[in-house]
Amino acid sequence: MRDAATIPIASPQETPWKLPYRGTVGMACLIVAESAIFVIFVVAYIFYMGKSLTGPTPMQVLELPIFGTICLLSSSITVHFAVAALRKGKLRGCTGWTAGTVLLGSIFLITTGREWYHLIYDEGLTIQTNLFGTTYYSLVGLHATHVVVGLIMLSLVLGFSLFGLVKEEHSEKLETLSLYWHFVDAVWVVVFTVVYVLGR
Amino acid sequence: MSTTHVVDGIDETLTPQQSRPPLSVVYEWLTTVDHKKIGLMYIGLALIFLVVGGVEAVLMRIQLAIPNNHFVSPQAFNQLFTMHGTTMIFFVAMPVLFGWGNYLVPLMIGARDMAFPRLNAFSFWVSAFAGVLLYFSYVGASGLYAAGSAPDVGWFAYAPLTAKVFSPGHSTDYWTLAVFLSGIGSIGTALNIVTTIICMRCKGMKMSRMPLLVWLYLVMSGLVFVTISPLTAAQIMLTMDRYLGAHFFDTQAGGSAVLWMHFFWIFGHPEVYVLILPSFAFINEIVPVFSRKAIFGYPAMVAASVGIGFISLSVWAHHMFTVGMGAAANTFFVFATMVISVPTGIKIFNWLATIWGGKVIFATPMLFCIGFLFQFLIAGLTGIMLGSAPFDWQLGNSYFVVAHFHYVIVGGILFALFAAFYYWYPKVTGRMMSETLGKWHFWLFVIGFHLTFDFMHIPGLLGMPRRIYTYEAGRGWEGWNMIVGIGTIFQTAGLLCFVFNLVWSYFKGKEAGHDPWDAWTLEWSTTSPPPDYNFASLPAVNSRRPLWDLKHPEDPDSDYE
Amino acid sequence: MLVLGVTLVIFLVVAGLLLYALIRYRNRPEDSDREPAQIYGSNQIELSWTVIPILIVVMLFLSTTRVILGTQAIPKPDSAMNVTVIGHQFWWEYRYPQLGVVTANELHIPVSDPAHPTPTYLTMSSADVSHSFWVPRLAGKTDVIPNKINTMWIDPQQSGLYLGQCAQYCGTQHAKMLLRVYAQTPADFAAWVNQQRHPAVQDFSGNPIAAEGQMVFLHNACINCHTVAGTTATGIFGPDLTHLASRDTIASGAIQNTPENLKQWIDDPNSMKPGSLMPAMHLNQRDLNAITAYLSQLR
Repeated sequence: MRDAATIPIASPQETPWKLPYRGTVGMACLIVAESAIFVIFVVAYIFYMGKSLTGPTPMQVLELPIFGTICLLSSSITVHFAVAALRKGKLRGCTGWTAGTVLLGSIFLITTGREWYHLIYDEGLTIQTNLFGTTYYSLVGLHATHVVVGLIMLSLVLGFSLFGLVKEEHSEKLETLSLYWHFVDAVWVVVFTVVYVLGR
Repeated sequence: MSTTHVVDGIDETLTPQQSRPPLSVVYEWLTTVDHKKIGLMYIGLALIFLVVGGVEAVLMRIQLAIPNNHFVSPQAFNQLFTMHGTTMIFFVAMPVLFGWGNYLVPLMIGARDMAFPRLNAFSFWVSAFAGVLLYFSYVGASGLYAAGSAPDVGWFAYAPLTAKVFSPGHSTDYWTLAVFLSGIGSIGTALNIVTTIICMRCKGMKMSRMPLLVWLYLVMSGLVFVTISPLTAAQIMLTMDRYLGAHFFDTQAGGSAVLWMHFFWIFGHPEVYVLILPSFAFINEIVPVFSRKAIFGYPAMVAASVGIGFISLSVWAHHMFTVGMGAAANTFFVFATMVISVPTGIKIFNWLATIWGGKVIFATPMLFCIGFLFQFLIAGLTGIMLGSAPFDWQLGNSYFVVAHFHYVIVGGILFALFAAFYYWYPKVTGRMMSETLGKWHFWLFVIGFHLTFDFMHIPGLLGMPRRIYTYEAGRGWEGWNMIVGIGTIFQTAGLLCFVFNLVWSYFKGKEAGHDPWDAWTLEWSTTSPPPDYNFASLPAVNSRRPLWDLKHPEDPDSDYE
Repeated sequence: MLVLGVTLVIFLVVAGLLLYALIRYRNRPEDSDREPAQIYGSNQIELSWTVIPILIVVMLFLSTTRVILGTQAIPKPDSAMNVTVIGHQFWWEYRYPQLGVVTANELHIPVSDPAHPTPTYLTMSSADVSHSFWVPRLAGKTDVIPNKINTMWIDPQQSGLYLGQCAQYCGTQHAKMLLRVYAQTPADFAAWVNQQRHPAVQDFSGNPIAAEGQMVFLHNACINCHTVAGTTATGIFGPDLTHLASRDTIASGAIQNTPENLKQWIDDPNSMKPGSLMPAMHLNQRDLNAITAYLSQLR
């Protein structure tokens, strides 16, 4: 019984017909779309650099968030190990590395929160203050929102794995999530460079 | 035309549907994740909004038929053109094209459904909700100087007209939120389409063997990611300005009105390519079948489509030639705009070469394709004119531009859509549409289209700007506006024929069988309508036209590829 | 012109070929049932119809660039007269910095002699939202944008009245933000400038109603928005009224400047231009008549 549209003339397939995993492609698409949104906020930030009519300047109020950055970028490493552990079937290892990722990501959020508290209450910089305030809070805030979403997902995974529900066959799905997390970290590298290095 | 019985695609065990209680049918449609049903719901949504948007257009043309008319108030007119544009782009064109993509792409690549069926359903319902939200604004808000309820800032909502101080009340917010949500739906569906095409093609269907429709939906969806996102970002910024006191577009605080324009048109221009690429897709599938010849130059068509996608990202500021960008910027955008005409021209020539030497059958789908070819050619050429910045300094923001883009959207995209409806309706319903009614539809609509949009160029050339609710007598615009208005009568008549045909044929149309047009792509190898699971057994292919190979085993395409 | 010519030729050639193909290759009933020869492509043909359009594009691009540079990038001549244009919702403000003239809605400029050109150089910005200055018979349009200064020049060589209107949607009354440009002979223009420079008429002997009107005007909220040179009215939100009676139209070209229209406008602007930003002043009949008489004297 031959398939609908095959012609017997054709040579049999030498290589098996293997197409990419849907989750990876789907996440890549989402990353492209989200990157485009971030690009626009970065463009706005760069466009308005030095154009504020009043108020504090980046030089006056911004300090390099070194500790937070190290935590966030390290969390990319931990999540990578979590995926690797799951692929090899090491469920306990996966749980541990995932917990580490959540911890490091949370520390990053806390440092951002503390920085904002300082900027708002001590320096008087809000989103309304001037163009710097507007572009700073929106760009860093957009990134932080993506961190929060990622942390929620990772916490869910952590929760499931603590109950022993995460197994080796889920490694592709965890890898898809880790792609998102790597994206969030890559965005931070750009934001850090533009806001804290170039912009000051 | 000869018909072939393609043995294994058809499920011989299928029994005709028993009638089921209406409530369970409704429930099935509301909760479905099947790409075919979702596709049809998108199309149904679009058709409803097409009628609404059309009514808005007719009201505007009545108001403008004579000078100093008082048919509608200025506030109402300003809402009409805003709602007409927003509706047609976001709630007609995008849904109907995503709907057809949803329906056809899995069938054409030999898959059983899209990659993410639940995301598919979510995307549809978000888009539908967004459309309802936009129209709820007529009921629930107050706008420009308390002038009314619906958005009245133009479909491109230029800053700072949209700032809280110039647009108090919620009309801008309805625009922002409805379009934002429709963007979420669009990104979801585009993500689904790309993943489906890359990950779910049937055995043997390498990328170089995909139907051109599939290629074009791939490029279009990829474009959606980088097109819709800038608008989403700009809308977030606008909402922050309006409610959090941000200053993105606040010119009093040093913000820039031009920045909104850049962000909007970085979305807005590629958006029209998002709309035209699927229209090209339909032409690519239909013209060969009714010329009885393979598409001429498949690799060039793929390259041109991808090229158009990329170049379209670089032309946006040809919408801003009058903004004062400086000679260098203007020159760059003139260049990019003219360059995009090269791959577009290649496509037209390839279609011409497909027809050349073929055997042309003037069935209704082909009639609409022919209309498309002539009209898209003209639209492209007026686009070249507008792409020349000095021309645009006179003609930009005038009725010449309105005529140009309606020529593309109605004369191009809508005609291609009509062709698609007549071509694939048999597959969707199992019945043929009436050819007689189809021809009435075609001729009435062509006459109406040309009366309206050919003559609309003239007031633009005579200095009539767009978005004006009335005009003085004595500028020389009156007669032309009247003719433009009369054309809408014919278009409405044609559209009524079409709607009647859709409904009548469902009950009384001739039975179609699985392959009424003697075509060559995989969707014609299964029943009409297809079963829920699409194919009895998943196909495997050896060339770009698997059914041609089956019907012509002595001369298969696989020998030539 | 070149662009028009090229696009016309392209249309005739391609459409002609298409029409020919559709007629020549149409399916005739007597044709056999065989499919026609399947032609998948041709490298030479495809190459040629790629290269030729590229050449056409280059040609069009170069000619367009020449025009762009010839209009946008040329330096301002010394003989140019400068006018500052400020766009408002829904009227136009004109200031002549070198001549000391401020007016609204009707732009007077000198005609330019080709042998000794005296173009008018417009420096434009907006006080509120984006507008666009478009007088088709004089020049292409240039947008008038807040927080941005755009410049353009116009160089009419024939005297007369040139009509245009705002070409960027700016709100409810965008349609009635009309432009009237009066290109005058040098003598007429000099006379107009001279008249505009004078402060407002103050002598109402023999016209007690107008005199009363001046008092009513100066004691009402009118002065918050309008300027009348030489009086205490120094508002800048609305048009300068110093020489209102010298204009043919009011409401930015939308309404003929007659006492009846003026009276109705002051009484209820929204009855004539709905969405206009001037509020109805709610004056009693006596005050209304007086102010109308006063303003009608402001030549």
